Amino acid sequence: MNKKPYSQEYAQYLAGQKKKKYCILAWQIGLLAAFIILWEVLAQVGILNTFLFSSPLAIWKLFLTYLRDGSLFGHIGISVWETFLGFGIGTVLGIFIAIILWWSETIAKVLSPTLVVLNALPKTALAPIIIVWAGAGIGGIVVTAVTISIVTTILSAYNYFSLMDEEKIKMLKSFGATKWQILTKLILPANIGNMINIIKINIGLAWVGVIVGEFLVSRYGLGYLIVYGGQVFRLDLVMMGVVVLAVCAFLMYAVVNVLEKWMTKKKSH
Amino acid sequence: MENRMEVSNVSKRFYTDEGELLVLNRLNLELKKGEILGILGPSGSGKSTILNILAHILEPTSGEVTINGQIGYMFQRDHLLEWRTIMDNVLIGLEIQKKLTDEAKERVEELLKTYGLWDFRTRYPNELSGGMRQRAALIRTLATSPDILLLDEPFSALDYQTRLMVSDDIYQIIKKENKEAVLVTHDIAEAISMCDRICVLTSRPATIKSTYAIELSVTREKTPLISRKSPEFSHYFDVLWKELEHNE
Repeated sequence: MNKKPYSQEYAQYLAGQKKKKYCILAWQIGLLAAFIILWEVLAQVGILNTFLFSSPLAIWKLFLTYLRDGSLFGHIGISVWETFLGFGIGTVLGIFIAIILWWSETIAKVLSPTLVVLNALPKTALAPIIIVWAGAGIGGIVVTAVTISIVTTILSAYNYFSLMDEEKIKMLKSFGATKWQILTKLILPANIGNMINIIKINIGLAWVGVIVGEFLVSRYGLGYLIVYGGQVFRLDLVMMGVVVLAVCAFLMYAVVNVLEKWMTKKKSH
Repeated sequence: MENRMEVSNVSKRFYTDEGELLVLNRLNLELKKGEILGILGPSGSGKSTILNILAHILEPTSGEVTINGQIGYMFQRDHLLEWRTIMDNVLIGLEIQKKLTDEAKERVEELLKTYGLWDFRTRYPNELSGGMRQRAALIRTLATSPDILLLDEPFSALDYQTRLMVSDDIYQIIKKENKEAVLVTHDIAEAISMCDRICVLTSRPATIKSTYAIELSVTREKTPLISRKSPEFSHYFDVLWKELEHNE
């Protein structure tokens, strides 16, 4: 930014802010480390039943085994790919349908009760039916993920679109704008931030769909690892699956955050 | 044809589930060449409805509207799009009308230079003051080369001082560019200072109650600020005040 010389007080303020930030980070890492160490120690001395709770060291060893034979990457890859397809299709198709609803008030009114019911319904209840219809492979799992994310996408995108300031629409109309121009020059660019929020929510929802789908049918993926571990009572496998899942979901979320930062930066420069 | 705009016997009804609402009742108006016409009325009297009909955003229920020339609409708020630079904002009208030629761009650049926004052309609206934003909105309207400007209380969102300055600016722009304008307002002083003629509306359903030609004796070239100091100003103010009061 600018190279103005700072006052002593401001430098102090900056140093203070920095110290606070590091302090919080240290606590975050410390808490996590304490939790893991406590877990391991309790498991070692036998207070925790490792058959039920496993132990961090056992999970780590298992992780290394799966890493070495490469099968972990296969499981991660397939789950991430399914999630990516699920939230990608769910978001794009959902926004497309929301545009249709915005375009035609009649269609919006006709479909309104259907959407409300679908929104209230826990979509995971549909998963067994979807898997019968769409097949027990990646197809069925992706469709499950899409089903979970698409309804909220439609409803929230449509809601954002219809909340557009009527006066701004009038401004464009005063220049003789067509409905298509109002959509592309006003509605869509005005809602980029909202659409990024929708994507963020959809990543979480797509993971729900993928894991549920893999629970039901899959032979691969993190959901499969977790459910298989549960069935054969290998809690270290379950725990490892959950931790890897958490890391994958977090990384996907972080990518969207970076994307968002990049877009807002581009806008303000 | 002498008149820029003629409105004859225009009525407008709005239909809702609760019933129908007659907003304009056989309204007659004309806009002469070179004049700024004020439409003064109590709030909710259908002033904006008149402008929306003139701008073809609404269709009248009955009656006839003849307009000789292009319309440009100025709104209460600037409605600049936050994700577009000032340059891209003022070009949006031309973009929509697919008239984004090099000459048109040059004209817009001239307008930006004349009205002190050239240095801000690559900035975003949130970096500008209220008065500058309103001027940008005016340039956006002027960019499409309208003959007649419709001003819907274009200063009401500004603070008092900015409001006086911007109305002065806009008045001079309208006169300099040889445009006509219809100014809708509930602010009596603003109407007197800017308009050549003022029509007072009745309360809903609106029709023209009376029309006043504003003749102020000013020594220098007339601007809204100078007009406010003219000896006749308070006389017109009293008369129009009473006209509006009887509506209540």
